Amino acid sequence: MSLTAAADPMLPEPFGILRKRRELSDTFTLELEPLGGHRKFAFRPGQFNMLYVFGVGEIPISISGDPDDDGPLVHTIRAVGTVSDALRTMEPGGAVGVRGPFGSAWPVESAEGRDVVLVTGGVGLAPMRPVIYHVLTNRQRYGKVVILYGARTPEDVLFRKQLEQWRSRFDLFVDVSVDRATGRWRGRVGVVTKLIERAGFDPHDAVAFVCGPEVMMRFSVQALNERGVADERIYLSMERNMKCAVGFCGHCQFGGQFVCKDGPVFRFDAIRDIFSVWEV
Amino acid sequence: MSERAVPTNIRMIDRDGLDALIRDLVGQGRRVIGPALRDGALVTGPVASVDDLPAGVIDHQEAGGYHLDTHGNGALFHNVVGPHTWKRYLYPPVRTLWSARRAAGGLEVMADDAPVPRYAFLGVRGCDLAALRVLDRVLRDDAFADPYYSASRDALFVVAVNCTRPGGTCFCASMGCGPRVGEGFDLALTELPCEDRHVFLVEAGSEAGTALLAGLPSEPADRAALAAAEARLAEAAESMGREMIPDVAQVLRDGLNSPHWATVAERCLGCANCTLVCPTCFCSTVEDVTDLSGAEARRERRWDSCFTLDFSYIHGGHIRRGGDARYRQWITHKLAHWHDQFGTSGCTGCGRCITWCPVGIDITEEAKAIKNREGRA
Amino acid sequence: MVRIEGLERILREHPFFEGLSADYQDLFAGCAANERFEAGGFVGREGEPANKFYLVRHGIVALEYAVPARPPLVLETLEEGDVFGWSWMVPPHTWAFDVRAMTLVRLISLDAECLRGKFESDHRLGYELFRRFVPVVAKRLAAARMRLLDMYDSPK
Repeated sequence: MSLTAAADPMLPEPFGILRKRRELSDTFTLELEPLGGHRKFAFRPGQFNMLYVFGVGEIPISISGDPDDDGPLVHTIRAVGTVSDALRTMEPGGAVGVRGPFGSAWPVESAEGRDVVLVTGGVGLAPMRPVIYHVLTNRQRYGKVVILYGARTPEDVLFRKQLEQWRSRFDLFVDVSVDRATGRWRGRVGVVTKLIERAGFDPHDAVAFVCGPEVMMRFSVQALNERGVADERIYLSMERNMKCAVGFCGHCQFGGQFVCKDGPVFRFDAIRDIFSVWEV
Repeated sequence: MSERAVPTNIRMIDRDGLDALIRDLVGQGRRVIGPALRDGALVTGPVASVDDLPAGVIDHQEAGGYHLDTHGNGALFHNVVGPHTWKRYLYPPVRTLWSARRAAGGLEVMADDAPVPRYAFLGVRGCDLAALRVLDRVLRDDAFADPYYSASRDALFVVAVNCTRPGGTCFCASMGCGPRVGEGFDLALTELPCEDRHVFLVEAGSEAGTALLAGLPSEPADRAALAAAEARLAEAAESMGREMIPDVAQVLRDGLNSPHWATVAERCLGCANCTLVCPTCFCSTVEDVTDLSGAEARRERRWDSCFTLDFSYIHGGHIRRGGDARYRQWITHKLAHWHDQFGTSGCTGCGRCITWCPVGIDITEEAKAIKNREGRA
Repeated sequence: MVRIEGLERILREHPFFEGLSADYQDLFAGCAANERFEAGGFVGREGEPANKFYLVRHGIVALEYAVPARPPLVLETLEEGDVFGWSWMVPPHTWAFDVRAMTLVRLISLDAECLRGKFESDHRLGYELFRRFVPVVAKRLAAARMRLLDMYDSPK
């Protein structure tokens, strides 16, 4: 008896880098295609892949492309560690290993018919972009759509051109705030939670998706609750150490949940009891 | 009393019968693993005949303490579990998952296609059989299956042993896992060394077990032997060294902010012994190893422990920085969150973590302490 | 009279005065005035006497610090529905930073001298104001703390 490759969820599939785009000083986007030939990489908004750099290691990265598009697999990555630094030095023509997609998705189907509020911060806009694409493709299925985005400084605003395009649409409400104004920034200065207070949506019929640093998500949930959005209609995307992404390695445990397979997207009431407990 | 009152799937064998059993398993091409005496402890190792089994060895176990002794009756299984667990065979401490090499215009990934061994485990106790069921749930029967574990587990033959002499740190009775073995064995032995002759009751628990048993020199189990086995098992259940509080899962869920974690952390060395000897701890990490030329790389999976600082590292820092948070993670995972994740406790009451803790931290006592510090009745 | 009635309506509809009795609305309206600033104009300057507080009706104002050799440092932007200016309650009653209109801004100002006089004769009126002001201050403090965490910072 021997093991077959197809059955092994730990086995990466080689992908080639088609294009690379600098987004911010430490953030970049890679477009990938399977080396075995072109095929659609099916995923749901909010899911992630494990990206492997030869001889360096593997990290979880959420998918930032359009789930309804047949084009390449798109990842937006912030260089914050050994593997993401190594990915940053890679160029088109290079190859990486891909395992996935893994994890739970933003519930874009059950949000149909409701107002949708996306609260994002920092590089947390990247895992939310597939939701934005999906909602725009199916715009008539949703009520008001609100995109709230907080960044550290104007220089840290991710997907700035796209945000401006989205802001110019009449069927989206886009609001951006920075914690620290610099240079010629003429926009809002203040915390992202303040955008929640004033955004136009029906708190009793809205679904909120929150993605950003954990602290930012904590404050965002409070602000959403204050507006009247119930815990059962708030979803957030968690981050923990991951080695396997399939529930074997134990690293991503968050109380009784595995971030890799029960998450990364959780309905808030499922993790409420442990969300602000120290060092869970 | 008629012979028909005795269950037909239970037979009686002697030492020679056990020897024939081992040789049959070897003859099937299996790697038979059973108790072995090494470095002053009962561990596990290859077994080719009944003479390889340590006879007359008994163990004394307490919190942070373990020593062996001999007993004149020559019993093979009048001891309990040692520092080894069966997971080391089905989920090895280090295993190469795959290798990769740079290829023209890309990357080539090669699966590990080494044959999976066909094991027979001899001497699996109730706690450890329960642990196999727990690992099955985690590594084989969840959304994703670990192919190596699944293949070697499916090929496994289990000769279980009912414990008639519990150890000082055992608490399987309070976890519902022993001293009588639960389901999942092919054959289960109950050793009766002190009667007029040294015999084993053998119960078949599977077709493979029934078939094997049919080929052994055996005799029908007599009622006296059955009654003796029952009495010993009942006595063993009563004389367990320790006991887990029944409401431990809720106690721990409610106790996440207990001041007691800091108290445990004062003693805990963070050495990870408890996780390494635990029969159900499955956490692992991966390491990427490259050759000197940098042309080939391979990915190794190694056992990991939630007691290490790096275990919870995410970019920027470690989530569980303190020993308090790490001990809390281990015990709440094992006894509370495991239920949420897999519908069962992750603890089977084997007592290894108590025995092999260098400072004698006792999981049953810590559970009680959390309960009492929380002021719950 | 027309002017006063207009102000009463605006005050009544502003979230800051939500739930205030008609009597008290009249009393506050008696101290209120409409103000308008063009983009770039200063509502207050650091160190100047702070003798008013403001409700924003329209436009964006920036609370900012002038720092040498750099463009002004914007601490926070405020807009419709926001309230600012509590220096009139805290000695030495001077503006702690500059307040600048970033767009055309329409504000309601409430005069501190006028309010103090009314509070002396009716402490409950003072209570009504302070219990509205404390949450504003608390929220502003919470936001400041949140930003102090620098939560988007690169962990390197």
